[in-house]
Amino acid sequence: MAGKPLYDLIVLGAGPAGLEAARTARRLGLRVALVERSRLGGNSLNTGSVPSKSIIRSGRALEAIIDGYGHGISASIAPTADIGAVMTRMRRIRARIAEYHSAQRLDELGVDLFVGSAHFDGARSIRIGATSLTFKKAIIATGARPRTSDIPGLQATGYLTSETIFDITELPKRLAVIGGGPLGCELAQAFSQLGSWVTILQDGPKFLPNEERDAAELLSMSLARCGVETRLNTPVVHARAENGKKMIDVTNSGAKFSIAVDEILLSVGRVPNTEDLNLVTAGIKVDAHRRIEVDDFFRSTNPNVSAAGDACMPHKYTNVAQASARLAVLNACAGESNRLSRLTPPWCTYCDPEIAHIGLHAVDARRRSIPIKSFTIMMQDVDRAIIDGCDAGFVKIHVKEGTDEILGATIVGSRAGELINELSVIMSAGMGMRRLADVLHAYPSQSDAIRLAAIAFRDHAPTPQAR
Amino acid sequence: MSELTDLPDDALLERLQRGAFDYFAACTNVQNGLVADTSRPASPCSIAVVGFALSCYPIAVERGWLTRAAAASITRTTLEFFRGSAQSDRPDATGYRGFYYHFLDMQHGARVWNCELSLIDTALLLAGMLVSATYFDGDGIEAEIRATADALYRRVDWPWALNGHDTLAQGWRPEGGFLHYGWEGYNEATILYILAIASPTHPLPQSSFANWTCTYQWENLLGVDVLYSGPLFTHLFSHAWIDFRGVQDRFMRETASDYFKNTQSAIALQREYAWRNPHGYAGYGRNLWGITAGDGPDIREHGPDRRDRRFFGYMSRGVPYGPDDGTIAPWAMLATAPFGIDAALAGTRHLLGKYPQVCANDRFSSGFNPTLRAGGTAWLSEGWYGLDQGLLTMMIENYRSNLIWDITRRSPTLRTGLQRAGFDGAWLASPSTT
Repeated sequence: MAGKPLYDLIVLGAGPAGLEAARTARRLGLRVALVERSRLGGNSLNTGSVPSKSIIRSGRALEAIIDGYGHGISASIAPTADIGAVMTRMRRIRARIAEYHSAQRLDELGVDLFVGSAHFDGARSIRIGATSLTFKKAIIATGARPRTSDIPGLQATGYLTSETIFDITELPKRLAVIGGGPLGCELAQAFSQLGSWVTILQDGPKFLPNEERDAAELLSMSLARCGVETRLNTPVVHARAENGKKMIDVTNSGAKFSIAVDEILLSVGRVPNTEDLNLVTAGIKVDAHRRIEVDDFFRSTNPNVSAAGDACMPHKYTNVAQASARLAVLNACAGESNRLSRLTPPWCTYCDPEIAHIGLHAVDARRRSIPIKSFTIMMQDVDRAIIDGCDAGFVKIHVKEGTDEILGATIVGSRAGELINELSVIMSAGMGMRRLADVLHAYPSQSDAIRLAAIAFRDHAPTPQAR
Repeated sequence: MSELTDLPDDALLERLQRGAFDYFAACTNVQNGLVADTSRPASPCSIAVVGFALSCYPIAVERGWLTRAAAASITRTTLEFFRGSAQSDRPDATGYRGFYYHFLDMQHGARVWNCELSLIDTALLLAGMLVSATYFDGDGIEAEIRATADALYRRVDWPWALNGHDTLAQGWRPEGGFLHYGWEGYNEATILYILAIASPTHPLPQSSFANWTCTYQWENLLGVDVLYSGPLFTHLFSHAWIDFRGVQDRFMRETASDYFKNTQSAIALQREYAWRNPHGYAGYGRNLWGITAGDGPDIREHGPDRRDRRFFGYMSRGVPYGPDDGTIAPWAMLATAPFGIDAALAGTRHLLGKYPQVCANDRFSSGFNPTLRAGGTAWLSEGWYGLDQGLLTMMIENYRSNLIWDITRRSPTLRTGLQRAGFDGAWLASPSTT
């Protein structure tokens, strides 16, 4: 039986969401416990964004040398990748960033850190081994892990995931990537740039199914130019080891064939880490995807327990995890009423070109009977993109018809992940297209494409109309 | 310089329309009415090309290139073949559930190449049958044509092709079931939905059209307001049969446009893109455009670094997002004649003057790439493709006389389909006249 609550807030999980929750709570002067069963920093730092983007950067560096030939630059030796050095660099970067999330820093912040697996043993208490803690409020921020697969033979054949691929010591000559989602595409392109022959196997008909079709097709063409082979509508039905190689049996429109590779990367999504928490005891429900069910204020079905990040969100991005955690703590502990539905996170797939998005997709707006028009500037018409030799892509801003209200945007380009943040600021500030058209941008810059889109709007909607 | 460019406009159109139509005389099996996909040796039949051929026979009658009796005869032969051919889930059938396989053996009509049961190509075939059934309004053989066309249309099981979804699948294979290619956004499928919704026996729910149009992208691209679809042919195929001038569905009412005006915008976009020519391809300009589906050079080999995949073979090319490898379809500019004769003729004359090789025997090649040169010669597609010739014949006629549009305006099926899809206005608001 729980006695007097020991902690104002207990945070389960020390990934981006959990760390943000703990810091936010300490800023409120609360007594905070943080529980982590593995490494601080969570998936994002250890096996997600940080290592993957480090590898991608190495791939791009090699690509840049090759591209240099087209810029009047020559090198006497053909560049190659040293996968050992690439991985060493990645680990160095990871260690450097990890310092910001160290136990020592948490201690200095006044957060009590507990290491071990936690589960609820009551509506207001958790257990970590022999230790029982009670709370006024709790936040579940246990994150997610790579989804496994029941493809026959795959387990025995052996495969890599986004959690294990960063441990390889040898560049696979032939790499099959099962799954055409963002992370699979990022790593497929990176390994192709580093020298692997990469094949993406996607069981569905769409490449990057959550992105707008023009964006996904542009990237598809870019991947093809890099040498990545993409096979859509091609489910894997079996895997086996044969003569030192990994054989993948696939089907396409009824035709069956096999692909021989040296390594397999399974990248078919992520599942929340919620099954070991004994949620039933605390009256906490999960949905069909095993995500914690939360209301618009991040509250679970237990009014004293909230959730944040990958454990409850459909969008599994680091920035969403951090934002949701901060708002969940402010709601739970500071009496605020921040709504999940008001979050408008930008996100980016870090291929080359990058694909970034914020807000509504055009098809979502139309399904909700919101009249929408998109103003598009092709990067091939943007001076800086031409100068940089990075003119594949576009800036597309979705505007509510009859107004200058920006509902969303998609950017494809070499710096899309940076450019989308300008749209995030603009949308957050409530700035419309008319005002945006008058905002000076540095010249030449790729972000000038955003201003050019606003000018296209102004040129085609000369008469101001009330919202 | 080609002698064609010396001809006045009317004579030039007559020559090129006749040249295009003569493809059917050269590439049709008169025993069954099947028409070859291309003029290349051993080409199978494309059912879509048959649909274009059926639509072109009335043109040939009106132009005096065929007698009405001869046109009715080959039309009846064609329809009788489809009525009598195998409909089953066997992999060598001609069709299944009223639909047809994309490619058929020219002699026996059996499925070839393990191709798909194609919805859009079936729709184009049926559109041709619809033209036949409306144009041939006499007795005897013409009555047989009407009855057979009606029976073939009625037996198509459109709802089956939804496969439980809100919008139509793109095809089906006996070996693997339904195909879903993520066919989103505006494209050539308008006529498919119109025919499917209008069926008196197996209609699609009317909501299916709205579900499809939900995926539209209304964009301002290169300064042009357009319902986006990249390849030019997608702005032409349904229009070959349907006069969209002034008729609007919900989307077009909301945007104060119509599909005819939208094709004009798509043409403006093609010309603007070709003028900007972002990839610096040879020849591109305001009078050399036509980036669409068609044949093209096929160079996919990668070097040791697996790069330089720059030419895509037969592919649906589009603007401004691509793919674009410098290949244009020489027939495409003239096929836009009903939407703006000045641009169509200026471009065609420029093309014929600068690159006369694109039009042998008064018939345009499928693809031409002046950027890719071998031995001083620009790449040119071999032979001819039936789709190109059929579309061009119909579009020139629609410019010259409105013949196909006048025929289909009288079709109760098309009127019903358009009305159920939410279209109204212009000719659709008036009672059908015969």
